[in-house]
Amino acid sequence: MGTVAAHGLRKSFGKVQALDGVTLEVPDGSFFVVLGPSGAGKTTTLRAIAGLERLDAGSVRLDGRDATGDAPAARDLAMVFQSYALYPRHTAYENIASPLRARRRSSSEIAAAVERMSSLLHIERLLQRRPAQLSGGEMQRVALARALVRSPRAFLMDEPLTNLDLKLRVEMRTELTRIHRGLGATFVYVTNDQVEALSMADQVAVLKEGRVQQVGTPAEVYERPANQWVAGFVGSPPISLLACHAEGDRLVGADGWSLPRPRWSTASDGRPLLLGLRAEDLSVERRGDASLPGELYGLEPLGDRTVVDVRVGTQILKVKARPTVTGTPGEPLQVTVDLDRAHLFDAGTGLALPRAGG
Amino acid sequence: MAVSVGEAVSAGPAGDRTPPARRFGGRGRSVLEVVLLAVLAVVMLFPALWMIETSIKENRDVYAIPAKFFDFTVTMDHFRDVFVASGGTRSALSVSFLNSVVVAGVSTVLATVLGVPAAWAYSRFAVRAKKDQLFFILSTRFMPPVVVVIPIFLMYRQVGLIDTKLGLILIYAAFNVPFTIWMMKGFVDEVPAEYEDAAMLDGYTRLQAFWKFTLPLLLPGIAATAVFALIFSWNEFVFAIFLTSSDTVRTAPPAIAGLIGGTTVDWGLVAAASVVFALPVLVFAYLVRRHLVAGVTLGAVRR
Ligand SMILES: Nc1ncnc2c1ncn2[C@@H]1O[C@H](COP(=O)(O)OP(=O)(O)OP(=O)(O)O)[C@@H](O)[C@H]1O
Ligand SMILES: [Mg+2]
Repeated sequence: MGTVAAHGLRKSFGKVQALDGVTLEVPDGSFFVVLGPSGAGKTTTLRAIAGLERLDAGSVRLDGRDATGDAPAARDLAMVFQSYALYPRHTAYENIASPLRARRRSSSEIAAAVERMSSLLHIERLLQRRPAQLSGGEMQRVALARALVRSPRAFLMDEPLTNLDLKLRVEMRTELTRIHRGLGATFVYVTNDQVEALSMADQVAVLKEGRVQQVGTPAEVYERPANQWVAGFVGSPPISLLACHAEGDRLVGADGWSLPRPRWSTASDGRPLLLGLRAEDLSVERRGDASLPGELYGLEPLGDRTVVDVRVGTQILKVKARPTVTGTPGEPLQVTVDLDRAHLFDAGTGLALPRAGG
Repeated sequence: MAVSVGEAVSAGPAGDRTPPARRFGGRGRSVLEVVLLAVLAVVMLFPALWMIETSIKENRDVYAIPAKFFDFTVTMDHFRDVFVASGGTRSALSVSFLNSVVVAGVSTVLATVLGVPAAWAYSRFAVRAKKDQLFFILSTRFMPPVVVVIPIFLMYRQVGLIDTKLGLILIYAAFNVPFTIWMMKGFVDEVPAEYEDAAMLDGYTRLQAFWKFTLPLLLPGIAATAVFALIFSWNEFVFAIFLTSSDTVRTAPPAIAGLIGGTTVDWGLVAAASVVFALPVLVFAYLVRRHLVAGVTLGAVRR
């Protein structure tokens, strides 16, 4: 068992409201990602769950039992700290062994467990070094090993892969997903990297300024962002947002363009809206009945694809295209829009408009 | 030689002071500088050198006019007199040295045992009105001992602590605890709290986490702080002379001062006793000299 639930967590540091009513339900055995930009309160949330932070309000339940006042040791959680927090006087081996030593395991059992972890995380050669003699990525892996070496109720991981180089990060991502499946344990994983969130998570909670913006599967968060901010934060290149309003069966842009009104749209006429268009739902290569007139603004070749910046009125649209696409800036273009996959937000509240027929 | 919190705090980062060589503009040291430094060195060191010389001179060389700088007879008699009385029994001075060791040692241990956990708590926990509390603690050191010695004397008389080693130990510890808290808070602040957080998640209690993971990192700071406290207690004169009177309780500073004032003064004995008195402090300061510098420049200054 390993369910983690936080209800209405509030915490302020002086004038900064770090957590402003954070509620999370982490099901047993799930890979739960808390995604948010720097300063969103991700670390504070994890520390609150771990019992390291005294809360202003709210409760933490572990396996359904109230654990709000429990000491960290009594919660049976393991944590990877954002700053690693490796003990400076101890070797990597002793760091990894520490949770087992605290539980008075036999030294043969400890040796076996440390060896298992170090081969899993490719740090066999580093075991006799102290943290000062390790690189950032190596320290991060030792910190991971220290958490993974025992089987706690749940693992709390605070950006455990941020300091690894890209190749190792991709490798560790797969490795962690595999470890998670193998253990069947509950992971609460904090990151500001949406790729990590989308690729690893069963459930994502998007956090901003101490408030949960949306909880859902990666697909839900990506396909049905709850508000304009989530839409802008998740996805790369970022979603393009165009000011517009509905007029009969058309959407009319503030810059003068007009598109057929999406069938699913429930917006009333004249209400200020934002039309959200993701790069892959736009095309400069295909032709369709819904299109926007613009001109080429710039090209960003990314190897496997090229992002075409198109100026429509006063705004720049990011459009995904094949890597072979060419053009000169200023050249007129038609951008074809897949309206079924477009998003509409209330320009005032930023909330996504409900979709007719799901 | 007494070290007060004020001095330790105001010492500031060493980098604040431009080295004299640069102020004079020239490369290396100018002649003027060398001369000035030499004069200063003579003025500062002469009393110490004279004390050492006198302690090993025979009495007739001590009183010789003109003074004998080099051609005197060396003797260890004065040092023997410091420890052994004329009858072959233990001298009153040696008892006072023993008292000094006990009083300074126990009061330092007491101040450290009380002050280090307090510093840790002030560093780690949200304490109501923390800054005010810390200022109050520091403010107890603003007053020089002479100001409080009369009230302390009256209180001690009431509770029977006059002329006891325990009385001195308590008052020295009371003076050293604030100093220890301030010095040590600086050192604790330097150790990331996350080591303790990690240890608690590993399964240790908060106290175990402190004991196993933070304390070892604090040892250099504790050593430096303890030496300061030790030197304060060892050198302290005002409380000692007011609060104690009998030879069996007296510490070395009033005992040595007591040697001067009769019709004749045995300068050789005074000098030898002073050398013996100064030696432990010098040795201690030398042993922890690296930490002393770190302690002054790093520890107490930062908040
Ligand atoms: N101990 C503290 N004292 C004062 N303010 C704090 C403290 N810890 C966090 N904060 C503030 O609370 C807010 C949330 O911090 P938190 O560390 O939880 O952010 P985060 O989402 O983990 O960010 P990052 O991705 O940069 O690690 C920030 O504005 C931060 O400045
Ligand atoms: Mg963080």
